[in-house]
Amino acid sequence: MSATATPPRPSPVETPGGAGRAPRERPSRGRRLGSRVGGWGFVAPALVIVLGLSIFPAVWALLLSLQEWDGFSTPEFVGGDNYAELVGDADLGSAVVHTVVYTALFVPAVVLVGLFLAVALNRSVRFVGLYRTAIFVPFVASAAATGILTTYLFNPQFGLMNNVLRVLHLPQQGWLEDPHQAMVVIAIMSLWGQAAFTTVIYLAALQDVPGDVVEAARIDGAGPWQVFLAVVWPQLRPVTTFVAIYMTLQAVQLFDLVYTTTRGGPLNATETIVYYLWQTAFRELDFGYGSAVAYGLFFVTLLATVVVTLQQRRAAAREERAR
Amino acid sequence: MSVDAPVLPRRPLDTAEAVTSPPSRPARARRRRLPFSAWHLLLLPVAVVFLVPFVEMFLTSLTPESEINTFPRPFFPTSLTTAGYERLFAESDILHWLANTAVVSAVAIASHLVLCSLAGYGFARLRFPGRDIGFLAVLATIMIPTQLLMIPTYVLFARVGLIDTLGAAIVPWLASAFGIFLMRQFFLSLPVELEEAGMIDGCTRVQVFFRIVLPLARPALATLAIFTLLGSWNDLVWPLIAINDDQAFTLQLGLTNFQGNRRTDWSLLMAGNVVATLPLIAFFLVAQKQFVATMTSSGLKG
Repeated sequence: MSATATPPRPSPVETPGGAGRAPRERPSRGRRLGSRVGGWGFVAPALVIVLGLSIFPAVWALLLSLQEWDGFSTPEFVGGDNYAELVGDADLGSAVVHTVVYTALFVPAVVLVGLFLAVALNRSVRFVGLYRTAIFVPFVASAAATGILTTYLFNPQFGLMNNVLRVLHLPQQGWLEDPHQAMVVIAIMSLWGQAAFTTVIYLAALQDVPGDVVEAARIDGAGPWQVFLAVVWPQLRPVTTFVAIYMTLQAVQLFDLVYTTTRGGPLNATETIVYYLWQTAFRELDFGYGSAVAYGLFFVTLLATVVVTLQQRRAAAREERAR
Repeated sequence: MSVDAPVLPRRPLDTAEAVTSPPSRPARARRRRLPFSAWHLLLLPVAVVFLVPFVEMFLTSLTPESEINTFPRPFFPTSLTTAGYERLFAESDILHWLANTAVVSAVAIASHLVLCSLAGYGFARLRFPGRDIGFLAVLATIMIPTQLLMIPTYVLFARVGLIDTLGAAIVPWLASAFGIFLMRQFFLSLPVELEEAGMIDGCTRVQVFFRIVLPLARPALATLAIFTLLGSWNDLVWPLIAINDDQAFTLQLGLTNFQGNRRTDWSLLMAGNVVATLPLIAFFLVAQKQFVATMTSSGLKG
């Protein structure tokens, strides 16, 4: 309504920046008050949803973790009993072991593959755009789709993997049906979907490596390997720390690919912490204990993240001083 | 990754110059022996390996059921058929699930774009009491893992009657902390003079937002839309918990359900996989640059 009352205004793009400054200092009192409250009008809808579906349930989960509750009967307050139970829970213990195994397989692989692919893709060879597309496109595959593909490709009877092994005269494998191999298969297929992410992050980081430093090293006679190890790799260090932490946080929360491939089997060999949590809460309806598992995992990962981040900062600062 | 680092403007990857090595002497010597760059020997097999699962998905969806269980299995089907797709459409509610997922993603994207850009603008430009605490609270929620929220959110949704409805899949996607953060960072990177000029010319804040700021925010909005599309289209864990009624199934839930009860009907399973994945693959192929920008910025949220 005010827009129609004012005289036609010049296009905002052409307005010289300086001309706008002076009158801004004296907005009318009503307008200033309006914008003081009006700010909440802008942020409130999103804020209510985001906080209402995170901080509120997070506090609620903390309360639930102190209770014994199946969702129907009257909740019973049990204090720290659920947390005490975590320590001696053998099933949870083996779920932790499986999760650690998966993390140890997946995180170094996804970081190294991402770095390797980024270096390979970061040059102007022909068809590099096609290579990029081929490597990035699995990123859009869902866990459900990846799960079906995994059970198919790694099927011991007619799957592609055993078919290739047969042609190469190598022994057939059990893959997802072998308790020793199932987690490796899941890690491989996670890698297939997630390598794009670490590659993209490293590609972006490689472009921030100052070209003149690389050039200087080359003029000083450094070969490609020396340039990479002595110049590029140290520059990538903060990014490596970040992707390693980020991927570890993802890995310890593994659930969906387990659900869509093995459902925790064979012989519970792929039962991860979050899978165990899901079973406890939504199969056995033990909401209190499930919440305690969730909080236990949260605290441990938070603590580990803080410790690693601080250590990295300190190491970086030490290096800075040494220079 | 400080909070105030601008998230978006980055050089597009395609303009990348080779950073590590314009051919040094040994590489040039090698090039003389090969008619092409040695990197092809490495990149080509890798690219093929990454594409194999998709190729198998398309091929198997078109392979007659009788051929899949033959031994030894040929690498390529000897005949093609659409029987898998016919069974899929005739015997399952896949189109209904596709529609459900489309609704979830459409509502999620629309709501994300409106609510997160409003909130991002509020946090970036407006002064109001409690602003900084509000924004800190938003940032803090990025740290909270999903599995911590599953149980209480389930109880909450059960109390308000959302369980087993499509609403259960939609509500968590109406807005996100990442979206608010992304938009705030973008608005902070815009020159404030444009908005001041608009205010002087008599626009209200709301008019400035819709007429001046939002049209400039297209790249950030595209990033946010793709982030929301990928997340809401592919989400499995939460619908799995909240929806048991197959009338309210999403595509991903329907697919997972097939795995239980159509376990051996591989051409049908793969046909379902194609229906669920092809839209995203096609979209990726036409908007690869925006997808890559989305991946980069969702990595920088940490």
